[in-house]
Amino acid sequence: MLLDRTDVEKIAQLARLAVSDPEKEGYAVDLSKILDLVEQMNGVNTDRVTPLAHPLDMVQRLRPDEPTEPDQRDLFQRIAPAIKEGLYLVPKVIE
Amino acid sequence: MHHKTIAELAACLRRGEFTSTDLTRRYLARIECLDPHLNSYISVDPEGALAAAGRADVRLGRGEGGPLTGIPIAHKDIFCTQGIKTSCGSRMLDSFIAPYNATVVERLEQAGALVLGKTNMDEFAMGSSNETSFYGPVRNPWDVRRVPGGSSGGSAAAVAARLCAAATGTDTGGSIRQPASFCGVTGIKPTYGRVSRYGMIAYGSSLDQGGVIARTAEDCALILQAMAGFDPRDSTSVERPVPDYSAGLDTDIVGLCIGVPEEWLGTGLDPGVSAVVTAALTRFEAMGARVEQIRLPHSPLCVAGYYVIAMSEASSNLARYDGVRFGHRCRDPADLTDLYRRSRAEGFGTEVKRRIMIGTYALSAGYYDAYYLKAQKIRRLIADDFRRAFEQVDVIMGPVAPTPAFPLGAKIDDPVRMYLGDIYTLSLNLAGLPGMSIPAGFSADLPVGLQLIGDYWDETRLLAIAHQWQQTTDWHRTAPDFEP
Repeated sequence: MLLDRTDVEKIAQLARLAVSDPEKEGYAVDLSKILDLVEQMNGVNTDRVTPLAHPLDMVQRLRPDEPTEPDQRDLFQRIAPAIKEGLYLVPKVIE
Repeated sequence: MHHKTIAELAACLRRGEFTSTDLTRRYLARIECLDPHLNSYISVDPEGALAAAGRADVRLGRGEGGPLTGIPIAHKDIFCTQGIKTSCGSRMLDSFIAPYNATVVERLEQAGALVLGKTNMDEFAMGSSNETSFYGPVRNPWDVRRVPGGSSGGSAAAVAARLCAAATGTDTGGSIRQPASFCGVTGIKPTYGRVSRYGMIAYGSSLDQGGVIARTAEDCALILQAMAGFDPRDSTSVERPVPDYSAGLDTDIVGLCIGVPEEWLGTGLDPGVSAVVTAALTRFEAMGARVEQIRLPHSPLCVAGYYVIAMSEASSNLARYDGVRFGHRCRDPADLTDLYRRSRAEGFGTEVKRRIMIGTYALSAGYYDAYYLKAQKIRRLIADDFRRAFEQVDVIMGPVAPTPAFPLGAKIDDPVRMYLGDIYTLSLNLAGLPGMSIPAGFSADLPVGLQLIGDYWDETRLLAIAHQWQQTTDWHRTAPDFEP
């Protein structure tokens, strides 16, 4: 198996996902199986191949640096879980 | 009236045989009566739909409007709709009402189509069976013990069961074509960049593309016409004129050169599906086309390459769900990290978490070259295979999926088995090419689709081939005799 419980803990920490102890074993098995499948890629030599990041050869479009969107803070904050005086509320970060 | 195609319905509305309000009531009544057995809709909007139908009837009465005016459709619940919940099949967005409309939603509204509701889907479009939805699986109207395919399973099932005239879908790795095949309907995934992704919730941004599921190629052409085109709000939308798809439908296919990848008709393909594909190719030859064997030597690597790229992009795209600005938030977080970790753990389902974790791993320090960069090189090899093939042939045909619709629960606990079922659809997303699934026959009473793959921007030709096929076959007219 490619990954064990400790690896799962590390990945879950990077991904900001809480994973309970009983779940860790299951993820270790599933993620290892997926990585086994992915190993197929190593059957091909790709030393001289240029990576393809995007299906179309295109350049990023530019536009004049002028504001195009109006201020819609109130509208967007209406769907926020917790706000106060136009600010998003989170648990205290600095003591 | 619910058996009619959009083209037929539009003619009836124009002649005044019935009104858009009559038609909308019929679909709403069918949804109310039949959908509890299928679960193809997450949200239904009777008030909004009837109000829009009333407005359409006024326009139709004055002789105004276009071919979609007053036509009731549904949107996959991945497209943001102002005023109707957009859940993306996830608990994370169970209470999310988007403050804006997706460009696709806006354009179809401008074209006069009205929205019956939002269709069920695999959570964040991650699945091939519609079983990962927070709202429960969709059932296949041809056999309710089987899956409708995914991730646009709700759209395909709703179109097949005549619970809407057509529905939008999205296709990141086969999510329009595979459910269209499983449900016996017609689906088109356009070239990457053809349809705006603005307001379409992101999964794998370099792969995601919006499209249509309808009953005929003619209907797909009408809907795609309204959806397609440049959108300055999507930086990957391509500035390129949209041809008149309906005008191209009558193009003859005599002399058409069809390529069949030899890698796709070998082991692993269900004999019933293989028989349907072979019979379809013979029929195309009888219609005047020429069939040639081609090679896509790297396409078997598409599963490995696709899942690394899709999961990497997913892990990045889904980082925005943090419990702060919108979406699910856990109760009583101890600190900021706890808020992130528990909100995400509670809001996402198992498959989404698996993909986020693999993507996170593939992009993490020390593993990036071995996984993500390697997958991008495989992607180049797969795209180059297609480039060479299209120097030789006009269109590629083959199976959509290795089997017809499989039983609910058959693969859901084995992610790798589920992924391997996407073997014929993924390579086209990696290359960014357009593709379709068209009804081509049955295997053991289950519908089987034929996959058509076109060169870049060749949607017109794909739709014409599909339309010519549907002029001489009636698989697309066969409806499931689903009654609870």
